[in-house]
Amino acid sequence: MIRLERRPEASQVMSYASPLIAIVLMLIGGLLLFAFLGKNPLEGFKVFFINPISDWYGVSELFLKATPLMLIAVGLAVGFRANVWNIGAEGQLIVGGIAASAVALYFHEAEGAHVLILMVIAGGIGGMLWAAIPAFLKIRFNTNEILVSLMLVYVAQLLVSWLVHGPMMDPDGFNFPQSRMFEDSALLPLLSDENRLNLAFVFALGALLAGYIFMFRSFAGFQMQVAGYAKDAARYAGFSAKRMIWIGLLSGGAMAGFAGMSEVAGPMGQLTEHVSSNYGFAAIIVAFVARLNPVGIFFASLLMALLYLGGEQAQQYMNLPSSISNVFQGMLLMFLLGSDVLINYRVCWKEARV
Amino acid sequence: MDASILGSILFATIVAGTPLIIVALGQLIAEKSGVLNLGAEGMMAMGAIAGFAVTLHSGNPWLGVLAGMLAGAAMSLIFGVVVLTLMGNQVASGLALSILGVGLSAFIGKPYESEILPTVGALRIPLLADIPVIGEALFNQQALVYFSWALFAGIVWFLYRSRPGLVLRAVGESPTSAHSIGYPVIRIRYLATIFGGAMAGIGGAYLSVFYTPLWVEGMVSGRGWIAIALVVFATWRPFRVLVGAYLFGGVMVAQLFVQGSGLDINIPSQFLSALPYLATIIVLVIISRDQNTVRLNAPVSLGQPYRPEA
Repeated sequence: MIRLERRPEASQVMSYASPLIAIVLMLIGGLLLFAFLGKNPLEGFKVFFINPISDWYGVSELFLKATPLMLIAVGLAVGFRANVWNIGAEGQLIVGGIAASAVALYFHEAEGAHVLILMVIAGGIGGMLWAAIPAFLKIRFNTNEILVSLMLVYVAQLLVSWLVHGPMMDPDGFNFPQSRMFEDSALLPLLSDENRLNLAFVFALGALLAGYIFMFRSFAGFQMQVAGYAKDAARYAGFSAKRMIWIGLLSGGAMAGFAGMSEVAGPMGQLTEHVSSNYGFAAIIVAFVARLNPVGIFFASLLMALLYLGGEQAQQYMNLPSSISNVFQGMLLMFLLGSDVLINYRVCWKEARV
Repeated sequence: MDASILGSILFATIVAGTPLIIVALGQLIAEKSGVLNLGAEGMMAMGAIAGFAVTLHSGNPWLGVLAGMLAGAAMSLIFGVVVLTLMGNQVASGLALSILGVGLSAFIGKPYESEILPTVGALRIPLLADIPVIGEALFNQQALVYFSWALFAGIVWFLYRSRPGLVLRAVGESPTSAHSIGYPVIRIRYLATIFGGAMAGIGGAYLSVFYTPLWVEGMVSGRGWIAIALVVFATWRPFRVLVGAYLFGGVMVAQLFVQGSGLDINIPSQFLSALPYLATIIVLVIISRDQNTVRLNAPVSLGQPYRPEA
């Protein structure tokens, strides 16, 4: 009979191995899914995981897709380390995108770098404002931040829907629910002429570095880590719980807001109802798979981006709905949480006791 | 506002509140055993697509409800394995279940997006339905509306008048003591979790088979999360779940109030649609304001993993 036996201490090896186990299980699950759908599993694997990155353009698209995920995940990780559960990055992204778009539309005939700079600032502030609501309510009224931040996702979606149907709708757009296309001065500069990768990718790498420094080299980051492991110890040491809630939620909100800005000023070039393709939720999976570590977030974002691109390919070449990406993402997180048992327990064979 | 408008608002409120009652009461049972499953949204989505697909193929809405129930239960079983057997983090696993369920339902549901089910007739209760104003609203409803009332009565009896209900509460309050006097804590938690999943599945099927009746990706639109908030708002008491669900049902049909008021005001539809989410935040603020309200009423071991040693 298979039994779980508690390890004397948590296994360091397993804490890094478990995401890899989860990825392997997800791949096996994916092969089974393809087989179940009557598709050739190996063909499915190739279309999903190999084809999207078989040329340099594909790789650049992978980095482009990973950019908002890196930004959001590193912001969320700061809060998650202190058990501040910001689940509403999706809404913060949308509000950041709205704020950045408002700047772009206001300056729509202006030239100069100030437009983009103001858009970045507006995006960050927009995301922070949306995240400040659950932070304030948690501190002031002890309200659960998971539920509040999540409810605000739906509100943000309705807000952007109203704006692109009303005040921010393109006046010459034949009543399509979308804003005017942004001028060049409101678009992020491309890194090369060959592909769509833009400056936001460099910004995201910088954010990962900044996140790393904050988490592992700053006192506030250390305090938040302590609070995550042992709440009572943190309180005993006199670390301010309120400050951690603010930092945890606002960092996630700001980064999600930047991600929203990078979408409207990047691949989209305008504001529509579909600012986000679930990046706010996918980034939560990224943060977990990465063990809340910025280095891990870099790789986990690429993996998650590959799942997005694979889904698009599967839609195009295998006639499968692109939501298959979400199935893979959900499986990955579920397998990860399941295999995490191996960190504290080992599996052993034991005779059933009589 | 005349009586017929009042009656139709009451009718719509009950229709909108019913899935919340069913899902929230299921979650209440799971939470009473100490299991916090944030996956209600995903389980409802799976219940909705399973119910829709089976009803479409079989022509029988009750087979659809059964399928929705099984789909919700199956989802909660995945959750149970991860958090009860493998002792995974309940918050993260519930979130994962939501993401998985919403994604999987969108994936399965793609071919069904243009289909429409025939409307299922209401079940009219003779005599009672003839009461003026409220009769039609209360007693000329879908069978699942009556089911939600029976479920409420059954759960009140189970929790507060039956021995298994007492054991369930004991497991949620103190799994260690329950274990030491010989109750199988993990098995009880599995059963409670699966019950919660089955009810979420029925709630989802209600939406796609009776309420809309069609399938659209993301059609659950936060009702699973609202149901979870409702359990907190109700401070884990079934009667308050019932009242709260109808309050939310009323907020969800707010546009009827606007029309019924006869005022000529033009509010963008998105503002009215946002009301249930804002209302959720407001009730959470009201109930959490006093730290003790939640702390004293929540099952003590809620969200804590438990592993019987020995």
